[in-house]
Amino acid sequence: MACIEAHDLRKAFGPTVALDGINLRVEEGRILGLIGPNGAGKTTALNAMLGLIPYEGELKVMGRDPWKQRDHLMRDVSFIADVAVLPRWMRVSQALEFVAGVHPRFDRAKAEGFLAKTTIGRERKVRELSKGMVTQLHLALVMAMDAKLLVLDEPTLGLDILYRKQFYDSLLTDYFDRSRTIVVTTHQVDEIQDVLTDVMFINRGRIVFGCSMEEFESRYTELMVKPENLEAARALKPIHERQALGRSLLLFDGADRKRLAELGEVRTPSVADLFVALIGDRAGQAQGAAR
Amino acid sequence: MNSSFNAMSESLPAEIAAPERLSKTRPFYWSVRRELWENRSIYLAPLSVAAVFLLGFLITLIHFPAKMRALSRVDPARFHAAVANHYDFAAALMMATIIIVSVFYSVDALHSERRDRSILFWKSLPVSDLTTVLAKVSIPLVVLPLIAFAITAALQLTMLLLSSAVLLGSGLRVAPLWTQLPLPKMWLLVFYHLFTAHALWPAPVYCWLLLVSGWARRAVFLWAALPIVAIAGLEKVVFHTSHFLSLVALHLIGAGPADIMAPQTVFPTDPMAHIAPGQFLSSQGLWIGLAVAAVFLAAAVRLRRYQEPV
Repeated sequence: MACIEAHDLRKAFGPTVALDGINLRVEEGRILGLIGPNGAGKTTALNAMLGLIPYEGELKVMGRDPWKQRDHLMRDVSFIADVAVLPRWMRVSQALEFVAGVHPRFDRAKAEGFLAKTTIGRERKVRELSKGMVTQLHLALVMAMDAKLLVLDEPTLGLDILYRKQFYDSLLTDYFDRSRTIVVTTHQVDEIQDVLTDVMFINRGRIVFGCSMEEFESRYTELMVKPENLEAARALKPIHERQALGRSLLLFDGADRKRLAELGEVRTPSVADLFVALIGDRAGQAQGAAR
Repeated sequence: MNSSFNAMSESLPAEIAAPERLSKTRPFYWSVRRELWENRSIYLAPLSVAAVFLLGFLITLIHFPAKMRALSRVDPARFHAAVANHYDFAAALMMATIIIVSVFYSVDALHSERRDRSILFWKSLPVSDLTTVLAKVSIPLVVLPLIAFAITAALQLTMLLLSSAVLLGSGLRVAPLWTQLPLPKMWLLVFYHLFTAHALWPAPVYCWLLLVSGWARRAVFLWAALPIVAIAGLEKVVFHTSHFLSLVALHLIGAGPADIMAPQTVFPTDPMAHIAPGQFLSSQGLWIGLAVAAVFLAAAVRLRRYQEPV
């Protein structure tokens, strides 16, 4: 069963079209990175999947209509929204108690186990915790829910690199198994490239690119071309060309690696490189996403 | 953070299959508890008012034996009025307190979770909007009257016991005092009054405030008051009357006296009072008010589905 299935998903806020006919299918057991510039519609798409906003078109998450069945859906889906949303007045112990009280598949002992590895005290209030600690707390809560789908919208925004790395490490080691699905949006694409199984680019309310990471690695090649071979390399129709340290970097889609190796140094590009190639130049607004 | 996880997970008791279905009332119960965690003034405000009142009452006890000696010569009706006075005032004070707390609570109830963005956390849990809104409206309509009742009862009992101790210390009899203050009957009247005059009757007011708190992006109080002022102003200009304003005021302060009590009653804790539930329940104003409250509530539930952080 597909975990998420959308056909011609549309959403407009007044005259602004946020989602312009999204079609996507996310299978169970995948970790999908949804990458897009600011204002591309990432958060709107996620909000629709979480039943937070009404939409037009067809959308099924775990076989349910999220807008009509949000409260049922939330037994199988958990999410962390873009910034810290834990209520600031709440004590850590109250957060544990409340979630244990309302969530049928919350394993409190497991959450306590995760928290035991942090320095977060049970009687502390959320407002007294640092941003990184709030994220740790939220992650501990979410990982202790036995959800089928986890949606993360910029979960590490504003955290330093140590917390960011730790966040994805715990997610992979302590949470992810092949029966769960994770959808994540982030601006730090390069940091999660190794985590993802699939990647999707969204721009101006449309999915402009999507493939699995295996496909990505076999299809795309980046060539740091020797100056004397530049014209020969250009003849092979790169999809993008940029300058770095006085050398030309050419990005190829489906080119013969052996042939390219004769012209310079060959390597697998980063997702961010491809993002810039596909969206950056055209939209001229990929500042955030391409870092 | 993760290095020790594998070792740890083995030491955890084997995952017991969590019951798939929780009872329907559990999310409601926890939602109400959440409100009490977030808004501690719900019980702290009445408790502190009661504490201050008790302090004042203790001071009056200094002159109490002398007063009782003087009163032993007057007729029973005046005697009753003189001793019951403080007990009535205690109950009235609790009622006034919960009106204030209810108004401030309702104005903030559906607004604060949007203001601090925590609505995104609440909505990430399997609790329906209906459950959440019902939990919130149960604070002014059920929880606060219950708290007011419990505190009033405890307060009046403490007052009576303290007075008795003072009387006994002065070598006076306590029997006249106890016969004038039949606490169980007074408590029944307070309970009845709280749930009629301060819950069912003002329900449309609290539901209106709740609805506006879920709708307005800011200045909830202003948006809640504006339509009332506008309608009242219109009525004044067009019809030269002010029925609407007095209607709202009557509902807010719980004064539907003719409907709630027998007309001759002065105060609900008066043991002479006759409660008239039949009269109350058959009053048209009550049912129209409750219907209006239900409409406001349904709108608030629907609105919460659409609401995002402000």
